[in-house]
Amino acid sequence: MIIFLQGLVSGISIGCIYALVALGFVLIYKATEIVNFAQGELMMIGAFFAFTFINLWHLPFFVGVPLAFVATAIFGAALNHFVLRRLIGYSTFSIVLATVGLATLIRALASMVPGWGTETHTIDNPVAGKVLRLAGIAISYEHISVIVVTIVLVAVIYLFFTFTRIGVAMQATAQSQLAAGYVGIPVRSMFSLVWALSAGVACIAGVLLAPIAFVHVNVGYIGLKAFPAAVLGGFGSIPGAVVGGIIIGVVEELSGLYLPPGFKSVAAYVVLLLVLMVRPQGMFGVSLKTRV
Amino acid sequence: MEFVKKTDYDYDIRLFKDRGDVFWYSLLALALVVGPIFAPPYVLTLGVFVGIYVIAGAGLMLLSGYTGQISLGHAAFMAVGAYSSAVLQKWGVPFPLALIASGAFAAAIGIVVGLPALRLHGIYLAIATLAFAFIIEEILTRWEVVTNGPSGLMVKTMSFGDWPARTPMDKFYVVLAVAILAMLGIKNLLRSPSGLAMMAVRDSETAAQAMGVNLARTKLTAFAVSAALTGFAGAFYADAIRFISPEQFTITMSIELLVLIFIGGIGSLHGVVYGAIFVVALPQLISQIKDFLPSFIAEQPGLEAAVYGFLLLFFIIVEPLGIYGIWMKIKHYFGQFPFYKKGELKRNKTFAKAERW
Repeated sequence: MIIFLQGLVSGISIGCIYALVALGFVLIYKATEIVNFAQGELMMIGAFFAFTFINLWHLPFFVGVPLAFVATAIFGAALNHFVLRRLIGYSTFSIVLATVGLATLIRALASMVPGWGTETHTIDNPVAGKVLRLAGIAISYEHISVIVVTIVLVAVIYLFFTFTRIGVAMQATAQSQLAAGYVGIPVRSMFSLVWALSAGVACIAGVLLAPIAFVHVNVGYIGLKAFPAAVLGGFGSIPGAVVGGIIIGVVEELSGLYLPPGFKSVAAYVVLLLVLMVRPQGMFGVSLKTRV
Repeated sequence: MEFVKKTDYDYDIRLFKDRGDVFWYSLLALALVVGPIFAPPYVLTLGVFVGIYVIAGAGLMLLSGYTGQISLGHAAFMAVGAYSSAVLQKWGVPFPLALIASGAFAAAIGIVVGLPALRLHGIYLAIATLAFAFIIEEILTRWEVVTNGPSGLMVKTMSFGDWPARTPMDKFYVVLAVAILAMLGIKNLLRSPSGLAMMAVRDSETAAQAMGVNLARTKLTAFAVSAALTGFAGAFYADAIRFISPEQFTITMSIELLVLIFIGGIGSLHGVVYGAIFVVALPQLISQIKDFLPSFIAEQPGLEAAVYGFLLLFFIIVEPLGIYGIWMKIKHYFGQFPFYKKGELKRNKTFAKAERW
């Protein structure tokens, strides 16, 4: 029971990371219809920015992380402005490949940055090594902070989209670019903003992941779990991304505990395929009929 | 662009368009048959890999380029082909039989993957095929009795009866023959009703269905044929590299195959060949160029990946028809020679052709 609970907690916390990456993925898709396979790489860049500010420049943690958030957001917006904006309207196939190429490029370039390289780094954080003991189970503060930060972040994003002018404008853009343009919403700036936002979310995910999986140029491969999470939840559904991420995290962790070795790495994919067989549009997805 | 005067209804479905086509293809075939006698073994080895990638690329092109189904997991079919052939040969099955079996196994797996894929579209399909590829990779790693797990498997040299294909030249001829058969087969398929149905499915599933195309059957055929070809390629790949292990058939290879069909030119069989040459030649070129670069660039481990990623992005944004598109433009320029007008081939600006408005 204790092992189960501990597995559950660490599953939820790793699931929260997947959820955050998937969330960024879905935000971009909803607004711009670009399937961004470089989302994991945005997370990697975010983690490296945090690493640079905190470990290399010795800024305090709570200054370094917001700085990294801003830096990654600018990076994301720049990426949209200079590269991905041009892909709008291309087929899904081209976009998938283009962002896969972009991911490869970002990964390769990051390994060339002096101080980053191909080594493994950690980010100094204030809760390192502390453990909370609760009714016999030990939970590290790092896992708790992942869960808490995810809840807060998702709540903030929800409030942002529901109650602010820009948030509502973004929703309108996501629903119909044409109509949004007609009522005077600057669609292009909205795209850049969405990219900035989702890059920022990815940066937070990277910082949260750092104590669990370290900072490394290949950490972006976590995207290969986050994309299934987004698809599992129903592509284009924000609650779906969060739920999908947590399900994948928990399934992965528990199958690592109770099933023979090897199942841990594929459990997420098996669950995904099973769900897609029953509901081809994911759990919360809406099936769209395309016109001829 | 160009206007072809068609004098015959057969023109649209003939295998070779006109006498010029037949002439150039015969010349090419002659060059490919005679050329190896003068080529050094190193070039022939590269040629073998080009041939293998042509076979696999033709398979993927049929599925992605002509039927419009994205597959992010084609390396898995390659792995199935490679392992079936290697394991069967280990058990004493002669190579020709093992080759056929590897194609058949891959096709069977292709149908298994294709079944759930019938209801999936776009990104859902991409991720589902990705998931399948991961599962197959894990099975190959864990099923140690047969596959020898992560420590890999030595592969016997392929032999046809008493004739083992040992030297690069032998292998080249074998792979060449199969590659030509594969290309002809696909070309033939594409002018048959099944092939036309596939293209109809690519262009619009709803419209195809309204015209009476059986979606499920068409997609499954595409998956099976595509997987079978990739399985054959896998068998030859195993033979060419002599040693296979699960980590050779990862997502990187799936992406490499996608890059092949995309940079070659999506929706064209010539593109498969250009793409295969590109994929095989690029790492060689980079390692050649490295000597001339300043050391702080040349010594970067990520250089090759950076060039790869950049070229992929560049092609998709600037030249979506890939090398084939560039070739068509050059041909057009010289075909029209003094009359080429600037901007004649400019692409129409694509507006957000969204699924929802």
